[in-house]
Amino acid sequence: MLTILFDGIAYGMLLFILACGLSITLGLMNFVNLAHGAFAMAGGYITVIMMNRYGISFYWCLPAAFLVTALAGAVLERTLYRHLYGSPHLDQVLFSIGLVFMSIAAIDYLMGGQQQLINLPPELRGRFEFLGVGIGRYRLFVIIICAILAVALQLALTRTRFGSQLRAAVDDGRVARGLGINVSLIFVATFAFGSGLGGLGGALGADLLGLDPNFPLKFLIYFMIVVTVGGTSSISGPFIAALLLGIADVAGKYYVPQLGAFIIYAVMILVLILRPHGLFSREGGR
Amino acid sequence: MSGEPAAPSGQAAALLRRAERWQLWEIALWIIAVAMIFVMPSHMLILTEIAILALLAVSLDLILGYAGIVSLGHAAFFGLGAYSAGLFAKFAITEPVTGLLFAGAVSGVFGLATSFLVLRGSDLTRLMTTFGVAMLLAEVVNQTGWLTGGADGLSGVTVTPILGLFEFDLWGRTGYIYSLIVLMAVVFISRRIVNSPYGLSLKAIKRNPTRAAMLGISPNRRIVVIYTIAAVFAGMAGALLTQTTSFVSPDALAFHRSADVLLVLVIGGAGYLYGGILGAVIFTILRDWLSVITPQYWMFWIGLILIVIVMVGRERVTRWQALLPGSAANREAKARAAALAAARDAA
Repeated sequence: MLTILFDGIAYGMLLFILACGLSITLGLMNFVNLAHGAFAMAGGYITVIMMNRYGISFYWCLPAAFLVTALAGAVLERTLYRHLYGSPHLDQVLFSIGLVFMSIAAIDYLMGGQQQLINLPPELRGRFEFLGVGIGRYRLFVIIICAILAVALQLALTRTRFGSQLRAAVDDGRVARGLGINVSLIFVATFAFGSGLGGLGGALGADLLGLDPNFPLKFLIYFMIVVTVGGTSSISGPFIAALLLGIADVAGKYYVPQLGAFIIYAVMILVLILRPHGLFSREGGR
Repeated sequence: MSGEPAAPSGQAAALLRRAERWQLWEIALWIIAVAMIFVMPSHMLILTEIAILALLAVSLDLILGYAGIVSLGHAAFFGLGAYSAGLFAKFAITEPVTGLLFAGAVSGVFGLATSFLVLRGSDLTRLMTTFGVAMLLAEVVNQTGWLTGGADGLSGVTVTPILGLFEFDLWGRTGYIYSLIVLMAVVFISRRIVNSPYGLSLKAIKRNPTRAAMLGISPNRRIVVIYTIAAVFAGMAGALLTQTTSFVSPDALAFHRSADVLLVLVIGGAGYLYGGILGAVIFTILRDWLSVITPQYWMFWIGLILIVIVMVGRERVTRWQALLPGSAANREAKARAAALAAARDAA
């Protein structure tokens, strides 16, 4: 029972890291980026390639996954995304679906359609008993990293100069620009950071979630649930939503496997009917 | 049509009458579609596919192009229609037209029930709820394997001759004619709908729901109605797929189908009904061609096309509409040119 809770928390933390980049682009920058999963997948595949082809340590792969996907995010933001900030949502949806399709086919072409496996370092494998709760070492590792990241993100967004500049740029880009804030630089940095977090999540999740070319579509719904249910006005909303989703999904799959993903979709639709702007939104949202 | 003599409504009625008039290119399009039966007898199957996709796209056009609702889950109605037609044929009546109407009715009821989900919230909420509904249905089909065959699909659907008279042949000729007739009927009905005062009020809602509400046009009821109608048509498209292939696979509910039909509308242009048909023709030919060149990876090129279209601008891609004689855009362009000329004369 507690083990399930623990697994659920690990899963939820992972979802949060995967989705929080999306909650920034979608919530703060108001861009419907369905291609966020593609960045996560890229992070996962970078890890797979580095570990399995070049034998590089797992611990080096994580920052590499972050940096490379962040770079890719920055390049794409500069070249493509930037032009669509003011476009209707339909355009953004179509554009990012196109990106998803391209990434799926490209990965399929380069890496093949099979499930990718990675070999975790020995100290992260297995599980141990703690007060009668079976704790997977790797899951504990994921939880610790994600918790540190979540706290850091929250602090960065609320306490630092960059955080307040970002919030200003998002609330009213024109006024922020008038105040001498370099809005486009902030957007590209934020977008790159969000993509990088997605890549890091993909790298961390390669073992827990599985990795194959359909990753962006398979987990798209999870990311979107986290963001829409959590509301987009803060970091803590998606965080709680991700934890709830993780626990509910793991528990649901364990206790009532025949219902499958049914519960999650039903709960999401219900939440969206009752609270169209998310469970934890402050001011009705935009 | 309101026949009141009052000036503004008279003007509006005249406008609607003009919009409803049959254009030369529309008639030409249908003649070509019919002529295909004799010109390309060996390509009946792909033509049927085009007709079904066009029907689905037309139904999406009703809610996207006219009511302005962005849906990522239109395949839900398509799949529901496909499965209900399949099950209906398997367990009740095997006659296709009855099955078609039944599938349309089931899908319509479902559309009515879920239409209340798209009334509230922003584009994003709508995207998520429509997407969620489609995924939910796919999950139901997947889990009720005893009824729907699960991931293997529903096989053993027997289809008897249409109305007991026209048997489906091996080359798909009957199937194409049948699909084409349904497509025609749906387009005729849709034309009536969008060129009625009701259709005009939908366009007002699309432009600005708040202003429409202030003018006394209640958006909610109208959106519910059009959503239900679109669901009926989409369900019929699904039923056609089942009946012409005697098989239903969970693919009918897959996400990529919703995305495909959006792409079809984007290629053809939304908001004038025929965009779905032209888009379906282009899309299907394109996909066929791409999957011959790069089997398995045609998705890449579809994605690239989507991105290019968005980057170039959807309006620019579909600007050729204005070249069609008698289209609304063309009329506007002419009117603008006339106004310019008049201004020049006055100066």
